[in-house]
Amino acid sequence: MPTRSTEVVIAAHNLKKVYGDFVAVDSIDFKVRKGESFGLLGPNGAGKSTTMRMMSATMERSEGELMILGLDPKQDSPQIRAHLGVVPQQDNLDGELTVAENLYIYGRYFGLSRAYLKPKVEELLDFAQLQEKRNEKVEALSGGMKRRLTIARGLINQPEILMLDEPTTGLDPQARHILWDRLFRLKEEGVTLILTTHYMDEAEQLCDRIIVMDNGRIMAEGSPAALIAEYSSKEVLELRFGSNKNAESAKKLAGYGDRLEILPDRILIYCTDAELVLEKINHDGMKPLTSLVRRSSLEDVFLRLTGRTLVD
Amino acid sequence: MILNAAVDSAIAIAERRIGKPGEQVFAGRPYVMIQRAFLAFKGSSWFVVLSGFVEPVLYLASFGYGLSSLVGPMTSSGDSISYAAFIAPGLLATSAMNGAIYDSTFNVFFKMHHGKVYNAMLATSLGPLDVAMGEIGWALLRGLTYAIGFMIVVAPFGLIPSIWGLLAIPAAVLIAFGFASVGMGVTSYLKDFQQLEWINFIMLPLFLFSGTLYSTDAFPRALQIIIEALPLAQAIALVRDLTLGQVHLGTLWHILYFAVMIVGGLFFTTHRLRSLFQK
Ligand SMILES: Nc1ncnc2c1ncn2[C@@H]1O[C@H](COP(=O)(O)OP(=O)(O)OP(=O)(O)O)[C@@H](O)[C@H]1O
Ligand SMILES: [Mg+2]
Repeated sequence: MPTRSTEVVIAAHNLKKVYGDFVAVDSIDFKVRKGESFGLLGPNGAGKSTTMRMMSATMERSEGELMILGLDPKQDSPQIRAHLGVVPQQDNLDGELTVAENLYIYGRYFGLSRAYLKPKVEELLDFAQLQEKRNEKVEALSGGMKRRLTIARGLINQPEILMLDEPTTGLDPQARHILWDRLFRLKEEGVTLILTTHYMDEAEQLCDRIIVMDNGRIMAEGSPAALIAEYSSKEVLELRFGSNKNAESAKKLAGYGDRLEILPDRILIYCTDAELVLEKINHDGMKPLTSLVRRSSLEDVFLRLTGRTLVD
Repeated sequence: MILNAAVDSAIAIAERRIGKPGEQVFAGRPYVMIQRAFLAFKGSSWFVVLSGFVEPVLYLASFGYGLSSLVGPMTSSGDSISYAAFIAPGLLATSAMNGAIYDSTFNVFFKMHHGKVYNAMLATSLGPLDVAMGEIGWALLRGLTYAIGFMIVVAPFGLIPSIWGLLAIPAAVLIAFGFASVGMGVTSYLKDFQQLEWINFIMLPLFLFSGTLYSTDAFPRALQIIIEALPLAQAIALVRDLTLGQVHLGTLWHILYFAVMIVGGLFFTTHRLRSLFQK
């Protein structure tokens, strides 16, 4: 296990980004500690990628303070970037080069020597499971393979902090689990992970700490378990009555749980024992078309905080 | 030394730049861009490469030999020369311009907008000036190759009467440097392929009126002054001075003209790349 460090590697204070007159990131404060894995969660347009770009010292902030590894990107952005591995939301691999060349030349951009890069490229081709495709041009790869290559490329300089903007979007379930496993291993080696995601299970699995963003602001912060405990109940009962009957049925359901959330297609009842509530509802003669008992998740936290679902 | 380089981390490499001039925009590594260009070039078609060389030679064959019987011998600064010897430097200068503009506009535009290749580069410790210098450096290497090829083809026909003509090769590189460094900055403003067409729209009249195929003396004085202030006319005058061996003080002016264009262009391009990718 990595030793829990209190060393802060990234500190943002009143961090703000304005595009024209649109405020994309609205004066946020947060800290990332060494060796932790830190998640940014939020719906489309929340400002996650913008925050990531500022943290990766590839985009200047508009206002506020930002320190990365004790350095200010306004003064030392190339030195900061040498410490980082960056996986952008959209793959930007070099289409004119082969898979292996993409890794090699990216290392050359950091000034790394051929002697270092030769074995490193092999290691990363194994990591990305792309040995068979090593001499193919990037266009010949599937979406998931491109993603894996982009992630592997981000590791070429042995980064201390790896920043992944939606790392597993476009990966099949098996590839996702393999990647999680790889990320866990990096974390064990002491690499600080910062990632954005739309997948709640990913955030719950991977992140020690999360900030939930919406409209450029931080809505909540904490470990997945703490957020769930704070903003949701232990269990959730999901009921469907058919699309036009939901609202009407909801009126009768008031009082069954701690709280009710009415979505267009279903009703969520937050409670401590969902089985018990379901039994009561059936006993009282209401007939949902389908019912589902589940644990509370970050999805529910998000719904509570913003009144919206995270995945549209 | 080699061992030391092998264990150097990206961080150690980047930290060596601290305190050096332009450390924010320059990592001292434009050659890695050239290396990238070589890798990409290996995987590309030779046809494109060949066309850059063939074009001026075709022009020369067509105009030089086709028109020379109609035009007869020309005089340049009092010397009598063949028509082909008159246009050869013009074509060399024009092809240096064309190659540099192609590399710094069409090629760069594509990488900027479609591949997002520059975004990836600038997420490393590489700086925008490395990128600009590397791309321009590659354009110059190509320009150099074409210029040498052109000279090898035309010299045996007696079209380069003076030994000064050898300097036309570095002159072509200088010209390409000027055009490429400005061209890349201009490209950063272009939003779509249609705007890219404007470049062709400017280049053709530049070629037709800058004194490639006939002397700018043919124009009224006022127009002549404007044309001669334009970069292609400067380029042609420079190369022509050299190939015909008519080197004089004015030749230095043409060189200075391109020196200013290069320095200005590099500042402009670096500034644009920064504001485009790092702001
Ligand atoms: N280059 C830009 N110019 C102008 N507006 C931008 C730019 N990039 C992002 N925005 C705007 O800023 C807001 C935040 O965008 P951002 O990409 O950070 O969101 P996100 O949380 O990453 O969303 P997603 O989940 O869709 O990736 C959006 O409203 C977006 O339209
Ligand atoms: Mg995003």
